[in-house]
Amino acid sequence: MKHLLDPTSEAQPAQRQMLPRPQSLAGKRVALLDISKPRGDVFLDQLEAKLGSLGVATLRYSKPTFARVAPAELRQRIISECDLVIEALAD
Amino acid sequence: MPAIPAIPADFSGFVVIVKRDCATCQLIAPVLQQLVATADCLVYSQDDPAFPPDLPAVRDDRELEVSYRLDIEIVPTIIRAEAGVESQRLVGWNRKDWRALSNNSALGAGLAACSPGCGSKTVDPGMPEKLAYKFGDTKLQARRIEVAPLQDEHELAFERGWSDGLPVVPPTEDRVLRMLAGTTRAPDEIVGVVPPDFAACSVEKVAINAVMAGCKPAYLPVVLAAVAAACRDEFCMHGVLATTYFAAPIVIVNGPIAREIGMNSAHNVLGQGNRANATIGRALQLVIRNVGGGKPGGVDRATLGQPGKIGFCFAEREQDSYWESLSVERGFSPDQSTVTLFAGGGVHALGDQKSREPESLTRSLATLLRGLHHAKLYGGPDALLVISPEHMRVFREARWSKALFRKALAQELVIDAGRILAGEAGIAEGMPKRAAGGRVAKFREGGLQIVHAGGGAGMWSAAILGWAASGARGSVPVTVPVKS
Repeated sequence: MKHLLDPTSEAQPAQRQMLPRPQSLAGKRVALLDISKPRGDVFLDQLEAKLGSLGVATLRYSKPTFARVAPAELRQRIISECDLVIEALAD
Repeated sequence: MPAIPAIPADFSGFVVIVKRDCATCQLIAPVLQQLVATADCLVYSQDDPAFPPDLPAVRDDRELEVSYRLDIEIVPTIIRAEAGVESQRLVGWNRKDWRALSNNSALGAGLAACSPGCGSKTVDPGMPEKLAYKFGDTKLQARRIEVAPLQDEHELAFERGWSDGLPVVPPTEDRVLRMLAGTTRAPDEIVGVVPPDFAACSVEKVAINAVMAGCKPAYLPVVLAAVAAACRDEFCMHGVLATTYFAAPIVIVNGPIAREIGMNSAHNVLGQGNRANATIGRALQLVIRNVGGGKPGGVDRATLGQPGKIGFCFAEREQDSYWESLSVERGFSPDQSTVTLFAGGGVHALGDQKSREPESLTRSLATLLRGLHHAKLYGGPDALLVISPEHMRVFREARWSKALFRKALAQELVIDAGRILAGEAGIAEGMPKRAAGGRVAKFREGGLQIVHAGGGAGMWSAAILGWAASGARGSVPVTVPVKS
């Protein structure tokens, strides 16, 4: 039997399960993450006002640069301070 | 299967390796009969245990394990052993030497005085790799993928998603072992952590992908250096892959290794036709695809991409350049082989057949560079300028150093921001209003790389566009030495 050697990492990333969608935003704290692309702040300003008018607490975060993955420290801060994240992608 | 000792621990006498398909082995068959009659002998036959005839207990070494362990290159080989330890060895037939070795002055009377041996079966084409895999200490770690009897191995590679769209060379154990002979580094050494999956990548995995790309073993050190460079944090391979922009890792090779492995730095240097140029860049891309998991439509989100994403690799034309090479400019000595990775997009052409003065040609080249990305956007992507030999001649004849050219060019690449603000010239795109009143440079400090390459005829040069996110916020060029 002929064999070939596997050129991959052989470590398929485990399929990540999405968390269940929250039934309500009541009592939840929402992270608004700007990835530092142009006009992401415009989009998040609108969301912040909208959520504020519904009485939902929000916190603003931003990545240092859109070109790189979010630093571990930022990810951990969001996880510890918020229940949900809304991320403004692209420009 | 337990390994068999090549020579039994308590054995004193002679070990002889022969094969039927060797005229000298046939010639000395009577000698072996004489030897067996007077001394303890272990005779191994590589191809036929019935040879030599009329000799008691010839040992079967068709599996070549004993020959491999004794490192036999020529048959016949005779080894004198004392208490299991080799003390002397002869290859081929030389009556005087064999008589001295065996202390038997009657040995081989009537035979030719000497006759050269033949190649051992252990050195048949492809056999050293097979035996190294079967009996050696080098064990490959990669998962083995079974090819079913009626399955086409090329189709299997496509179906498993290993290919960039072109056929790949099937990575068999033999081929991967031959590839690994191109480096002294251990197969399990980790070269880097490859994005986007951030998977640790061993020398063995690089070798597997280099086989698939079509590399020769001699190219492997260059591929290893390219992978190491791509994994460096400042190169930001994850972003280069994920961007909607055109960028991909472009591999520029400097130093002696480019000549040693036959890379092209002359005619059609950015094009097809040279195996090293074509396959080294492809091997890097296959590592990113297969080990890193970066695939178009997955983490690779390029809007348009560019043909160089199959692989883009070339050598600088150093031998007749008037300027110091890219690697020397970046702090390496001229005799150090290096790989520089530049996150680049497509090739933009400049034709200037009239400039004979360096000032004119510099202004010409500046027109090309100013238009890259967008004529109204400055401080964006880096660039790589490829100066052809005929354009280089203009600078050489005027004795313009690279530093002088850089200084003159930089002056041409600064503009009043007010002229290119967003909305100016009826074009919404442009520099932000806050830049008004200042002067802006087309490239960041250190954002323009310059190399000499191309064929001897043609007053054309080229600029290769960098990534929109160049510099510390994204990718900076990375140069690493090539290790053997």
